[in-house]
Parts: sequence; structure tokens; C-alpha cells
Amino acid sequence: MLTAIGARSLEDLYSHLPAEVLQRSPLAIAPGKSEYDIVDYFRARGAECGADYPSFLGAGVYRHYRPVLVDTVVSRGEFLTSYTPYQAEIAQGTLTTIFEFQTMICQLTGMEAANASMYDGSTAVPEAAMMAARITGRDHIAVSGALHPEYRQVLETSVRNQGLPVTGFGYDEATGGLDVESLERAVDGRTAAVIIQSPNFLGVVENIKQAAEIAHRAGALLIVAFTEAVSLGLLEPPREADIVCGELQSFAISPSYGGPFAGIMACKEKFLRQMPGRIVGQTKDVDGRRAFCLTLATREQHIRREKATSNICTNQALIALMATVFLSLYGKQGLRELAAQNLSKAHYLAAGLPLRFSGPFFNEFVVSANGRRPEDINRELLERGIIGGLPLGRFYPELEGSMLLCATEMSRRQHMDAVTAVFAAQEALA
Amino acid sequence: MIRKVRSHITQNEPLLFETSSPGKIGYQLPELDVPAVDPAAVLGKENTRGEIEDFPEISEVEAIRHFTRLSTYNYAIDLGLYPLGSCTMKYNPRVNEAVARIDGLAWAHPYQPESLSQGALEIMATLEAALAEITGMDAVTLQPAAGAHGEFTGIQLVRALHQARGNARKKVLIPDSAHGTNPATARMAGYEVENIPSNERGMIDIEALDRLCTEDTAALMITNPNTVGVFEENITRIAEILHAKGAMVYMDGANMNALVGIARPGDFGVDVMHLNLHKTFSTPHGGGGPGSGAVAVKSHLEPFLPTPRLRRAENAWTWDYDRPSSIGKVRAFYGNFGVLVRALAYIMAHGGAGLRNATMDALLNANYIRAKLEPHFEHPHRAPTMHECVFSDEIQARHGVRTGDIAKRLIDYGFHPYTVSFPLIVHGAMMIEPTETEGKRELDLFIDAMISIAAEAVENPELVLKAPHSTRTSRVDEVMAARKPIVRWKPGAEAPGAND
Repeated sequence: MLTAIGARSLEDLYSHLPAEVLQRSPLAIAPGKSEYDIVDYFRARGAECGADYPSFLGAGVYRHYRPVLVDTVVSRGEFLTSYTPYQAEIAQGTLTTIFEFQTMICQLTGMEAANASMYDGSTAVPEAAMMAARITGRDHIAVSGALHPEYRQVLETSVRNQGLPVTGFGYDEATGGLDVESLERAVDGRTAAVIIQSPNFLGVVENIKQAAEIAHRAGALLIVAFTEAVSLGLLEPPREADIVCGELQSFAISPSYGGPFAGIMACKEKFLRQMPGRIVGQTKDVDGRRAFCLTLATREQHIRREKATSNICTNQALIALMATVFLSLYGKQGLRELAAQNLSKAHYLAAGLPLRFSGPFFNEFVVSANGRRPEDINRELLERGIIGGLPLGRFYPELEGSMLLCATEMSRRQHMDAVTAVFAAQEALA
Repeated sequence: MIRKVRSHITQNEPLLFETSSPGKIGYQLPELDVPAVDPAAVLGKENTRGEIEDFPEISEVEAIRHFTRLSTYNYAIDLGLYPLGSCTMKYNPRVNEAVARIDGLAWAHPYQPESLSQGALEIMATLEAALAEITGMDAVTLQPAAGAHGEFTGIQLVRALHQARGNARKKVLIPDSAHGTNPATARMAGYEVENIPSNERGMIDIEALDRLCTEDTAALMITNPNTVGVFEENITRIAEILHAKGAMVYMDGANMNALVGIARPGDFGVDVMHLNLHKTFSTPHGGGGPGSGAVAVKSHLEPFLPTPRLRRAENAWTWDYDRPSSIGKVRAFYGNFGVLVRALAYIMAHGGAGLRNATMDALLNANYIRAKLEPHFEHPHRAPTMHECVFSDEIQARHGVRTGDIAKRLIDYGFHPYTVSFPLIVHGAMMIEPTETEGKRELDLFIDAMISIAAEAVENPELVLKAPHSTRTSRVDEVMAARKPIVRWKPGAEAPGAND
């Protein structure tokens, strides 16, 4: 090969690089390891991460059972090791599954169009906000205090330099749901979008109709976000929203210390051309057979460059495929049953605990530690081999004495009883 | 010998919604060990949905057949050379998949106690250190979810630094050969974009740069090697021009596979860069994601990195949220951890010397393809090739055959096409990146195919223009798809030919 090139050595291949840019000493990285050594290293790291602890953490990442078939499908090299399906003739596998994904996201969210997925739920929120600003020609964003706090931080970082000021509105002290007066104060003729989350970060199911009325009366769009996708199996979808975005981690995607996940974005059909990200459309091949391809590329950066709707040039195809396989297995009946189990488990757990808010909840809720530190309760639970809930003080100073607990179909009754017992013992001490 | 592909048996496969029949299930939930609650009673009737209309109902066997059949309609690296320029389609070692699925790692919750997360933190810290060593930079954040997301993070860091110095500045300079994400990113960070022309060797025009770089310039976004596969030989001079005006050099690391182990951006004046772990470090593309866009910076940009940062405290790793100058968060939690695990496994398997060998093999393969194809295709830039080479369709276009047609015809020979019509500065571009994965046999098959197509373009252009001929789906009408978009299935919708 070197002869064909006309080079004498491999080093010749970069001898044209200026001497001052060449690396002087070899990379200080340990010599290559065997497959066994690599597996051994990561097993040891995994063993340090409490794999066998039951956990009551939710807050945007949920423990749901992952059907075996999900990994079977996504491990197929034809899905795993293919690229973005630009060459439609040899990518109908990926394109067809994305078309099915987009369809199911519409069915679940009550929207009319969905894209091929976003990086995750948190990054979908600013993209939705920017989309609303393009549609309305306005530049203020009103965001709920009960949107996941990390999503809100991502929103602020992302739109900071785009001339889109963000104002917050609160949650109701008693119910944990929308504070209507606070929302009305936050919305005016400059507002491009109102962003709420349902169920919200505090677990409470929001009154979406009411939020939509307030937003629409002011000429703003309503963006509804979600972090617990399983709730869509049981909850009335946010049909009054203009844009829905959210996180699909609950659909057979491993918690994996926070990623990779897949976000969604869906909207009313009339906004389709303002949507960011990849979109798959149906068409025909030259022989008249149904075929699919990436479409509406004129929104995208590789055509529009600085005038694009976003700099996004990918989706989360393989992760979205996990969700697609999951949804096809559970289907119409299963998703509802799964959601109902989550609801029952969470209400069983909640029944023995001091709830902080009165609003309806799906599978997570806030409990007050009755004057004790939530961290102390978690420490006691940890001694029993259980990971407790999320102390809320780090995100909500006013909820310093509270924690967010979550139960799913994977929560066993005996562990829930143990949580209740630790809370009860604390009360006895108090 | 030319080896064209013979078509292979495949079964027709309708959409999930079209195979669905009421009552079919593919799951079994555990028996509920607590009393069932009535959803309407606890949620309120108005909050409870009816049945999800038209949602699929299929069995487990139907599901596995559905997805397996669809998978056979895809091309993939596991099937052969995938010469997409700038995409670095290299082999994805399966041990990386196995380790990412180890229970403790796959089931770790981002909010579980740090005392129960040390393994995950150790992996991230080790990867950060390895990437800093490879790039010659001082600090690394693993938070960005993809390459373009890394760009956005990097430019936000630049903006934060300028702001801290009292002036955010106005514009970002971008060469005309750049990826479209670069200008789109600069806009999202609130900057105007100014294009820098390339010279006849495919490199940045230094005089133009010198003229355009002013006190208003926040940064230059440069890809090196650039998108014509050429190393910007004046890179240290370029960095001097920028730094003299107080501007930063941002490097798009899309082409880092050409440099690992032989040159470090931190040593040639780069202030901030992103790496595509799904390119250089072999994490699978998965049909378009997930990726990871780690960002590496010099120390002057470190205070602005996204929060939280990993910190060593006593004998344990901890997350440091006390970062007053930070730009904030660009993604919830800490990044695409599962992708990071795979990238570290790749680095461990290679070691320092192995990484350098991989780079040299990537250069060897690209130069071999260039040498073999140069007699048959126009190669517009004379500068030496690094890890990819860019031809143009100039010779074939005389017969009415364009880069897109040659690409489609390649499919009949059993290969995925190269990158078509990019970079924009090469008219009719054919951008080929073989990566180090390929051996001589696979490269020769590809080269034979390309040479054969060059002959067909002269002798029988119709054959090329109507390609592909061997696929189950013939040339797809993308114009029709965009004109009247159908982006979801609807009941009763006409299914033209329904994949049969």
C-alpha cells in the first residue's frame, strides 16, 4: 500500500505537518488491555454503584423494567452500526422505525406531528422555546417553577444569548400545582410561550386546560413538558398544548447515570416547518412503492447554515428505537396496565407518609420529613440497603425539609413498607 | 475482479399499525402486590385518558420479526466499508456494548448518593484525563450530548470569557469549508457569522483572515484537518492572528481521527475544541445517535465549564456545584454516561501506542484510496491527504453523471456511498473516509467498484443515473416527501404498494 502511495514509511504520511505541531512524546496512556481486563475493570466499577439496592428515586429518571427484546433488537448490527439514514434506499429499516416512532409519539401526546427525537428532555425544552419565539415573533418565555430544575437551568443557559428573557411563575403552596395568579402575572403581550411540566417536578398532575386558556388568551403558545413518559398510558394527553416535549427514559432506556436518553418534540401540524431536528416522511420510490426518507431538510443546518432552525444535526435514533420496541410490546393494553401499576404502587407508598401537597399525583410525590432532615431519613434507609428519595432543599430552599419519592412497577411492597417504617420511627422519635 | 451484489431474500413487512389486532400483547407484568387503585378516583376523571386510539397491539413473535426484517433493509458497518467522509464510520467493538450494560453502571441513578456512585465517577474522571492527554488541553467536560451540542457549549464558554473581560464581542469567523453546524452554532450563541475563503490548496486564506480578524472577533471556528482532508499547515500562524486580537481559536474535532497520537490541538494554539466520541472513539452511531460531544479547554476557559465539575475530595470523587463563573448546565445530569463508558473502553483497549497506530492506518487507507482513484476522478486540491480525500465529479459530469448518481450506483456494488456534495467549496464533491478499520481487501473492492462506475459513466450513463438496481427500495422521491409531508401513519391512509 505504501508503494502505491509513493511513501517509504507510515511516518511519511504526515511528514508535511510543520515540525512545531508534531507531538514530541508518546501519549501517556497505559498500553492496550485485553478484553478480559477491560470487562474486569468495568465490572469492578459497576460493583461500586449499588446495583442491587432498591431505590425510590425518580425526579426525571425512573426505574422501569426493560423487556429483554429491547436489547435484542438494538444490538443488531444493522441498527447499531448504521449512520443517519441519508441514503434512503439502504436505510429503510431505520427510516421505517422512526416513522412508527413519530406516529406513536403523536398518539401518546395528542399532537399531530413529531420529530425523530431530541438529545433528551432537558435540551428539548429550549428548542421548544426557540420554536415558539419563531412562530409568535415574540421573545419572552414564562416558565413554571415546577419544571424540572435542571431543565430550567438548561433552558437558561441555552437561550441566554438569543434575546429570550425567561421569567418564572410559581406553584401553589397547598396543591403543588399551577399557581394561577402567578402565571397570569407572568404572561403579557410579549410572551412567546408558557412552559409547564405535567406531572410536574413535585409529582403533581397539572391543569393543562387552565394553563392553555391563560397562555392562549395572551396570544402565547403553551409548551407542555414531561419527564415520566409512562404517565401517558393513563393521563389525559396535553391536547390543548401547541408543543409537547419530554423525556422517554421511562420507555426501556437504562437510567445509566443520566444518559444517553431520548427527548421528544411534537406539535400541531401547522407548526411542522418550524420544528427543529430530524423528521422522517412517507414518499414513494420510482417503482411506486411506499418508502420513507428524511424530509424538510431546508430547516436544517447543513442547508441553511446560520439561518437554520437549530444547530441540531442528529437525533437519538438507537434510543428512540428502544422506546419503539418497548411500545410495540406493551401496546395499547400494556401501557395502560403498566401505568396503572405505577399509580397503585405510588398510592400504596404514599398512604403511610405525610404528603406535602394535595394535588393529584401519578408515581411520585413530595413528603415532609416532619421537622427532621430528609438526609437523615435517607441515611437510615441506606443502612437497610435502600436508596430513599431526593431531598428537595438543593432545588427549592422552601422545601428544605421535604423529599421527592417515586414508586414504579419495580418497587416491592416489602421495601415500601420499610420506607414507611423508617418514617414512622422518625415520627416516634420526634 | 468486479463483484457486484446479488439481491438477497427479504420478507415484506407492513407497519406495526397495519399488523395490529385487538387483544394481542407482547408483555407480562408482575402480579400487583398492593391494592389496585381506581385511576379516575385518585387522578380525577378529567385527568384520565381513554384508550390510546390506533396504538399497536402485537405479539412478541410479531415484534421480533417486525424489527428483524426491518433491520435487514439497512446497511451498516457490520456489513462493510462505510466511507462517509467526516463521519468516521469505524468498527464498534462489542465489548464496549457489554461493559455499558453492566448492572451497576446501566442502573445507576444520577441522584443516588455519591458514596454509591464512585465507580461511575471514576470512569468519568479517567476519561476526562485521557481526553485531556490526547488533545493537549487542560480540562474536559463530558456534559454535551453530541458534536453540535459540544460546539454550542464551546462557543458559550468563549462568550463567557469575553464577557468576563468586559466585551462579549460580535462575530465568529468560519471558513467556507466548515460544517453547517458551525455557523448555526455561532448564531445560537448570539454571534454574527463571517465567512473566510479558502485558497486553491483548500486551506484558509491567511491574508483574508488577517484582514477580517478584528477586536470584534470572538473566535475562529476551524476544523483541522479541514473538510477537504487537508491539515491547515499555517495553524500556528492562524492562532497568532486570532490571539493578537484577543480572540479564541475553536477547533471542531470532527476530524480528530487524523491526529490522535501524532499532533495535539493544545500544542498548536487551540483554546477550545469538541470531540465526537461517536467518531474518533468508536461509540456506535446507532442510525443517528446517541453521540457525545466532550469539550476540552485551556485553563483560561476552565472556570466557565458547565456545572457540576468532578473534584477529588479526600479519598473520593465528588460533584462540585460551587462554580460561580460557570455558563450553567447544557444538559440535565452529567452527560451521555453510557457513551462515555464505551469511549473509555475503546481507549483502554488501544492504549497510547495503539491509538497512534489507528491514526496511521487511517492515513494510510485514505492515501491509498486517493492514489488509486486519482487517475479516474478529479482531485481538486493538490495538498497532501490526511484521513479522508475529496474528489469531484467533474470528469463524470461531462457525461451527465453527478456525485449523487455515482453514490447511488456504489450501492449496487455493496457499499454505502461516500459523503455527497460536501464540502460546499468543492463542486460535485465526493468525500471519502475509509478509517483504520478497513483492510486492503475491502479497500480494493471499493476501489474496483469506483473505477468500474467511472467506466460506466462514460459507456452507459443511464445505468448509473437509474441506480440503485439491486435494492429492495429503488430511488426514493425526496421531493415528493417534502412537498406534502406525511410524517405519521393514519388509519385508512392509502399505503401505496405497502412495501410489497
